[in-house]
Amino acid sequence: MKALRNFFEKTKPYVQKGAKYHWLHSTHDGFFTLFFVQKDTSESGTHIHDYSDLKRTMSIVVLSLVPAILFGMYNTGLQHYKAIGELASTGFFEIFLYGLLKVIPVIAVSYIVGLGIEFAFAQMRGHDVNEGFLVSGILIPLVMPIETPLWMIAVATAFAVIFGKEVFGGTGMNIWNPALIARAFLFFAYPAHMSGDSVWIPLDGAAKLVDGFSGATPLADAAAGNINFSIADAFFGFIPGSIGETSTLAILLGAILLIVTGIGSWKIMVSVAGGGLFMGVLLNIFAVNPFMELPFWQHLILGGFAFGAVFMATDPVSATQTEKGKWIYGFLIGVIAILFRVLNPAYPEGMMLAILLMNTFAPLVDHYIVQSNIKRRLKRAGVSA
Amino acid sequence: MENLINIFIKSIFIENMVFAYFLGMCSFLAVSKSVKTAAGLGIAVIFVLGITVPVDYLLENYILKDGALAWMGPQFADIDLSFLSFIMFIAVIASMVQLVEMVVEKFAPVLYTQLGIFLPLIAVNCAILGGSLFMQQKAFLNIGEATTYGLGSGIGWFLAIVGIAAIREKIQYSNVPAPLRGLGITFIVTGLMGLAFMGFMGIKL
Repeated sequence: MKALRNFFEKTKPYVQKGAKYHWLHSTHDGFFTLFFVQKDTSESGTHIHDYSDLKRTMSIVVLSLVPAILFGMYNTGLQHYKAIGELASTGFFEIFLYGLLKVIPVIAVSYIVGLGIEFAFAQMRGHDVNEGFLVSGILIPLVMPIETPLWMIAVATAFAVIFGKEVFGGTGMNIWNPALIARAFLFFAYPAHMSGDSVWIPLDGAAKLVDGFSGATPLADAAAGNINFSIADAFFGFIPGSIGETSTLAILLGAILLIVTGIGSWKIMVSVAGGGLFMGVLLNIFAVNPFMELPFWQHLILGGFAFGAVFMATDPVSATQTEKGKWIYGFLIGVIAILFRVLNPAYPEGMMLAILLMNTFAPLVDHYIVQSNIKRRLKRAGVSA
Repeated sequence: MENLINIFIKSIFIENMVFAYFLGMCSFLAVSKSVKTAAGLGIAVIFVLGITVPVDYLLENYILKDGALAWMGPQFADIDLSFLSFIMFIAVIASMVQLVEMVVEKFAPVLYTQLGIFLPLIAVNCAILGGSLFMQQKAFLNIGEATTYGLGSGIGWFLAIVGIAAIREKIQYSNVPAPLRGLGITFIVTGLMGLAFMGFMGIKL
């Protein structure tokens, strides 16, 4: 640590304003603050420095994703050995190791490409390297099917970081959630690799598969009218699906951490679930096919609903900013997600598109809530606008 | 009734004028700087579409279509005036826009000055003519369906323009790279909004 610190201190003069390597200053700062607490204070004016800055906030979110990541790794291995029929003869660590080796490259690609672009933009535009990508970079792998080719993940990450974030000015200024843009981009650009039955379970060209192997997710099966999954499996996550989305339990653990630390908005999580349940009940009442008859609460444990509600919808940048708006925003996400899921045969996974759609309208919801507040207060003060 | 609801939902979301057909882009991009003005223009478009589509529907079915003049007598039964449909539709639209303009000038003079040239330009807004031409292509069964379609398309356009106006108000505070400020970022936003709307494609009603 000492050597590292000496290195940063020694190089500092070279990146100061007017020095030869000033263009590297944001990279320097980025890495310096990653390892050490800065003791810098503001040079002018009065500033309040909160102990919980962007870097800590993002770290908590990453921490809350850990259960989902670890379970995703285990489940990847589990699905593989289940498919080739060797589950009984394989130990826990072997299963986990298999998944680990499958998932790590995806995460690495996402971080390398995303952070590379982020650093390049920070250098070019002369702003600080922000930690926003720490979370996006881990969310992107978690919403991808495990068999997505790595180059696709690289392309999608590049698209999301450049067009979803950097064109708006970087962290905190984007309108849409970058991770969802990456997912939606791949979904519409390479549909064959993002849905179907051959992308969810790594087979490694195994010669023989167990009888009755389908490879489709329970959600896709259910959409096709073939509902056979066990509720416990869907809740604990022993089902095929995107890397991080399968285990509702692991996601709930993350949700608890987010709510306790006050980083994720519980209002959004509750209202998303409420909206989903409401639409589920409505569809149950007017059911005309087996998928519409699916008990309403089971929608919450299938597919990406829980993951979206906890980690995607609560993104403080792209969600609504007003407190009343959060209820409206979350409720509509829930309603639209189930609507897409059940009524749109092309996309059984509606959560991502529902959140993107409500990201689009979040500023509008905020606008009208702020306007109505202004009107109410003017009225209270007895002033006519 | 169910049929009307289907047409209504479809025209707002699934066949959204802006995000599915990219019609009416010029005023969509130009008048979307503030939510208030955008909402004014959006309501004007709903109104014009809601009137011109049914009127054009009557024109189409009783005057222009092949054999539409049969009600005047058997000697007119084989007249086909459909080559006149463009000019007739445009004439109806232009007169409707004149009406809207007079109403807005009288009752909302502030909005009238804010909208400026874009209010008379609704006459050449491709979403309006598009509405009538899609009506012709879809061959609706009765005037109720045509009216619903007109209103639905208008509401879809309204939603799109107030949505982008709110986003543009928000990104005023964003640090957008200098070369992209203004129209550049608006085009990118429009594209991403279209991506978000893709979820509706493929819904069968």
